[in-house]
Amino acid sequence: MSALERLAPRLAPGDVTVANLKRLSAGASQELWRFELVSEAGEVTPVIIRRAPGGARQSAITVGLEAEAAIMRVAADSDVPVPRIRHVFEPADGLGRGFVMDVVEGETLGHRIATSPALAEARTRLAHECGAALARIHALPLDRLPPLKAATPAELVAVWEASYRASGRVRPVFELAFHWLETNLPPPRAPVLLHGDFRNGNLMVGPDGLRAVLDWELAHLGDPAEEFGWICVPSWRFGQLDMPVGGFGSREDMIAGYEAAGGGVVDRAALQWWDIFGVIRWGIMCAGMPAAFRGADPSVERAVIARRASETEIDLLRLLETA
Amino acid sequence: MRDEPTADEILAAVAAYLRAPASDPERAAFEDRVAAGAVELARRDLSLGLAAEAAELDRLHALLGPGSLDALNTELGARLRSGALELASPGVREHLWATTLDKLAIDQPRYPTYRAVLTEREASPPEES
Repeated sequence: MSALERLAPRLAPGDVTVANLKRLSAGASQELWRFELVSEAGEVTPVIIRRAPGGARQSAITVGLEAEAAIMRVAADSDVPVPRIRHVFEPADGLGRGFVMDVVEGETLGHRIATSPALAEARTRLAHECGAALARIHALPLDRLPPLKAATPAELVAVWEASYRASGRVRPVFELAFHWLETNLPPPRAPVLLHGDFRNGNLMVGPDGLRAVLDWELAHLGDPAEEFGWICVPSWRFGQLDMPVGGFGSREDMIAGYEAAGGGVVDRAALQWWDIFGVIRWGIMCAGMPAAFRGADPSVERAVIARRASETEIDLLRLLETA
Repeated sequence: MRDEPTADEILAAVAAYLRAPASDPERAAFEDRVAAGAVELARRDLSLGLAAEAAELDRLHALLGPGSLDALNTELGARLRSGALELASPGVREHLWATTLDKLAIDQPRYPTYRAVLTEREASPPEES
């Protein structure tokens, strides 16, 4: 009897068996598996396992799978759309580190969310719904959450500049942007919970709109405007340049959703700094990829993503022209 | 200055993939498209890269004086980081835009911001400073 079969009775009531276990992805930081719980009456419930690679390895920059599950449980209590957590693995389960959650069906691929005719109706309110979800995330009670890292804007700049320097290549446009970011730092604010990676790929969308916010592994504490800047990075507009929010909506709709859901009044003038920070953050992620390509992941895909660093240089130049 | 991995490294990765393609058909279809795009990127790098870097070096000589592409880029970077040079300094804006547009022509000629900038420049070319 496998460890998963032993665990099944704790995932659903009654005499439950496990069927159709299938690996969905072999991500660098997470493994995803899907399987079905089958009740005595033949009722089938699909569920997902999110697990550390090989069951144990965890990247230093992520919050850890147990913390991720804990945050998602608190988020669910505050009406943030998230998959329901059924079980967090314990050592006695013999399954490594990870958790089991419900399946939420829908679309996560950014270009389909931005352009699919089947989602045209959803797109009319998606930015508003994203704003509302962000307002609820930012209002989550910190005393119920696991300990998370916090950073001021100045600290963020220092951390990302160090990461850029480690790539070993001078990029004059990044240097210009770092000078601007440093001389225009926003004042530190009382930190709130941030999802940390709120953008296409981590949003499950159906014809009815935003169904779930996924992948909480980069959650941290900081300035709410960081999330507005990140989802407005032009790299994930999929050709819809005039739709700043993920290629599907307007900034004003997102902010209206945020304010209507109790997120407080958003200082529009402060967003420019976070737009520029978001673009350089993605640029530095790309600029770090040649090292990964020459090391753990010599794939063609990795090589091509590394050459996307220049797209952030043109976006930075454009933003800095009006900054 | 051209980014990395180099055209040579990219082509080596494509060759390695072709010798051991993905077994899952859906995955293989995706990776084949990625490989085709990578070959096209390497071709643009090989046909446009040297001329772009020569023009970049000429501009850097005019801005900063003699030196190698590497050394002058490092020097330009340091002066931009400190604020000694800025976008409005003579020749800086033109140099950064020309270098960046040349990079996009190699890395991603279909990138929407690049297309938008080209269209804007056709409608109203930037003035020489």
